[in-house]
Amino acid sequence: MYNNIQEFYNTLPLVIIAIGILISTTIEMYSKKSENYLSWFSILVFLSSGFYSLLTLDNRSVILQNMLATGGYVHIFYFIFTFSAAIICFLSIDYLKKYDAYFGEYYILLQTSVLGMMFMAGAKDLFMIFLGLEVMSVSFYVLAGINRKRLTATESALKYFLLGAFATGFVVYGIALIYGTAQSTSFDVIASRFSDLSGNLLFLTGVLLFLIGFSFKIAAFPFHMWVPDVYQGAPSTVAGLFSTAGKVAAFSAIIVSLFVLFTSGAMKIITPYLSVISVLSMFFGSIVAIAQTNIKRMLAYSSISHAGYLLIGLAASNAAGIAGIIFYLAAYSFMNLGAFGIVSLVEGKEESNLELNSYRGLGTRQPLLAALLSLFMFSLAGIPPFAGFFGKYYIFIAAIEAKLTWLAILGVLSSVISVYFYLRLVVLMYFYDSSDELEIAKSNTGLLAVFISAILVVLLGILPGTLLNLITSYL
Amino acid sequence: MENNFLLTYLILLPLVGAFALLFINKEKASAIRITGLVFSVIAFVVSLIVYFGFDHSSSEFQFVHKFTWISGLNIYYFVGVDGLSLLLVLLTTFLTPLTLISSWSSIEHKIKEFTFFMLLLETGMIGVFVSLDLFLFYIFWEAMLIPMYFIIGIWGGKERIYAAIKFFLYTMFGSLLMLVAIIWLAVYASESLGYFTTDITQLYKVAPTISRDIQLWMFLAFGLSFAIKVPLFPLHTWLPDAHVQAPTAGSVILAGVLLKMGTYGLLRFNLPLFPEASLYFAPYFSILAVIGIIYGALVAMVQTDMKKLVAYSSVSHLGFVVLGIFAMTQESVQGAVIQMINHGLSTGALFLLVGVIYERTHTREIADYGGIAKLVPFFAFSLLFASLSSVGLPGLNGFIGEFLILLGSFKSGVLNSWWFTAFAATGVIFAAVYLLWMYQRVVFGEVKNPSLNGLKDMNAREIFVMIPIFILIVWIGIYPSTFLKVSEKTTAKIINQVFTPVQTAEKIINNR
Repeated sequence: MYNNIQEFYNTLPLVIIAIGILISTTIEMYSKKSENYLSWFSILVFLSSGFYSLLTLDNRSVILQNMLATGGYVHIFYFIFTFSAAIICFLSIDYLKKYDAYFGEYYILLQTSVLGMMFMAGAKDLFMIFLGLEVMSVSFYVLAGINRKRLTATESALKYFLLGAFATGFVVYGIALIYGTAQSTSFDVIASRFSDLSGNLLFLTGVLLFLIGFSFKIAAFPFHMWVPDVYQGAPSTVAGLFSTAGKVAAFSAIIVSLFVLFTSGAMKIITPYLSVISVLSMFFGSIVAIAQTNIKRMLAYSSISHAGYLLIGLAASNAAGIAGIIFYLAAYSFMNLGAFGIVSLVEGKEESNLELNSYRGLGTRQPLLAALLSLFMFSLAGIPPFAGFFGKYYIFIAAIEAKLTWLAILGVLSSVISVYFYLRLVVLMYFYDSSDELEIAKSNTGLLAVFISAILVVLLGILPGTLLNLITSYL
Repeated sequence: MENNFLLTYLILLPLVGAFALLFINKEKASAIRITGLVFSVIAFVVSLIVYFGFDHSSSEFQFVHKFTWISGLNIYYFVGVDGLSLLLVLLTTFLTPLTLISSWSSIEHKIKEFTFFMLLLETGMIGVFVSLDLFLFYIFWEAMLIPMYFIIGIWGGKERIYAAIKFFLYTMFGSLLMLVAIIWLAVYASESLGYFTTDITQLYKVAPTISRDIQLWMFLAFGLSFAIKVPLFPLHTWLPDAHVQAPTAGSVILAGVLLKMGTYGLLRFNLPLFPEASLYFAPYFSILAVIGIIYGALVAMVQTDMKKLVAYSSVSHLGFVVLGIFAMTQESVQGAVIQMINHGLSTGALFLLVGVIYERTHTREIADYGGIAKLVPFFAFSLLFASLSSVGLPGLNGFIGEFLILLGSFKSGVLNSWWFTAFAATGVIFAAVYLLWMYQRVVFGEVKNPSLNGLKDMNAREIFVMIPIFILIVWIGIYPSTFLKVSEKTTAKIINQVFTPVQTAEKIINNR
């Protein structure tokens, strides 16, 4: 399997998670109270894998019979996955008790889903992408319905499963067509033959089907239908994972599979498709979010509109666009984790306090939570000096460099619409007084997780250069 | 160039103050107020140091502090002042402590948050005026919305939520289009200079080479954002709502400083960056400015609410400033600059006085007053003084600004018509009508409203707030050259940038 010890070191981020899964399963089998320490054990696994990836960005190689890339921006993706998952673990410790799903399996599934994401981000072969996609998705289906006694959760899991399987069908069909025309599933081989294939209708259909399958996963319009229901029904922490690491993974799959095409400029053929679904997602997400009364549904539509902004970066199909997407994904992950984190903290028993109106007067009752949530909302709305603003700025640069100024203009117009519903939450928290008392269970670990996200959102906003240089130098 | 940290300190001082407040117990109201006041006064002192160290004879940016901020995109932290921004920075640091003193008793709940947001706002405003990198400018420009939004939304009147959201969305809409234009400029610079940049001293050289058609679009993208802020007719509809609903301190800062950001932006960015487009659009913007002057004045005349009246008078007065800018003569632009300061002082004073009386009677309806001259003589005198300054009585500040603008626009070759001056001049007459009529109805006559009996006159604190403003009003009225000479070289440079024949792109590349 390995040709030398260095190759083993290069796969260590994945190996750590895999060993973590084995150990966790063993603990789960032999211990009655596994959930108490599995949370901390998973955090340890995630953080060690994440920081190891960050320290070994230079270990760039393609290993395992040309299947897996390591080092470079792949490791940046690994860090985003593991760090997000660690934050979710911190939030879950107290949340799961409240949600009545205090199971050890939860953490094992988190680990398997992260392993799936890592396969996708590091893939050099279509099979690897598919493998990763399935490992991640299957874990997600179970996570959504982790509390099987809850009707909403079961509904969410079933919907996610059915539509997810449907989307996977598209991906597989696309892969089949690509393989049929290119006679290979290896990205490098496909890319080298691209100039001959770019006129082949069957090949292009394959690429399009592949992209449509992933459009489901990134929640772009018109493949978004599952998003609001799944986010609403799934546990808030899990919804947070879907909307951050899950989306990052899907984008990473698109980027790694089409990377050569992006940078060579050969992507121009797919640009119309990407631009159109980008515009539709941005506007649909922003406009429909205004009408929501449930905060999780609102964040679901917000995530649809953010998929639209990210697609601008793909449509630009230049180096700045790819770097912009990676930066935006990092920024988006941290601000959305923070937002979902606060939602999970405010949520009461039996899924109460999820309506927007429950946030009335939060500014006086829970000043810290309200201030942090406002920060995340301003960042999601793209207002400086927070991370979300710089993400958008960089993506718009890519669009204008690619002569897609109209796409940037539509992007900012949609931002103005989205400001309305992000601010509405701030309005509710600060400009209204509440009549009824809101009981919020204390959660120190949860608060810590939200706090870390907030610090990252501010830091990435004020000093975006560090991450940006990292991304551009390892692209 | 040597880095000078003074402006950075000036930006950071209120910010540090704001975060220092977080460590004070929220029950200790006076400790919070005093901390806020101390930081804003120190900021004023620092700005005075800048003023006294400023070299009037140079049109270059001074007190420059520059270092690489985001190296990947060649974005600099780059601040500096010239005559134009120096005056506006002084106005900001001068008004902020006064508004903090004025809200000593009018803001009773959430004092800590209020002072926190006021200080953040000050940082934002100073940042906008001293930024010399478009990216940095945009950060301050947008970030400043957040504290203002909270100030209107939390401490405002009945319709505060509507007003706050409207204010935010209007401004955001304009500025996001400006963001696209900023990026477009930076990308253009990277094509002609070979490196991506948002440094305006570089862009001053590059941007005028943009072809005329695109300049027109760029001018509009920047101009829309600034015109909304000014606000130029017909984009003014957010202003009456925001002004009337905002608490007194918010209105003073809004009228005194925030509106000037629009006119500042036109002078700093639109004119020098897009000279051809500026010359093309000058008559159109001037027509809108003149319509704004007359429309604002006429609408102010029929208001029954004092605060709304003052708000609409702002539309009218800012029309003069815009006319002065687009007349593009030395006199008119100088007049526009001094009129920005004047408007900050006199309208600020009017809003403060409306706040003073509102705090006592809880009504702003003109009809509820009458005959208060005998009850509150100090107030009556102050209101008269502020009104006369706003009207433009010779000897007070308003006259200087309006006179220079009218003179300059009359001579203007760009406008090339005396009609602008003629129509604008009616605005001066209307101003006298609506302000003095309001004064007459509020102050003179018999006391008809029995609840006014026992009305208390201004206390020492309120008088103390007005004194420095009145001193400046008289100072500018009698000896304006103290201030005119500060901005003289800068305005001359800006006009020169508009009229200098455009260098072609090839020339710039050859000189590189």
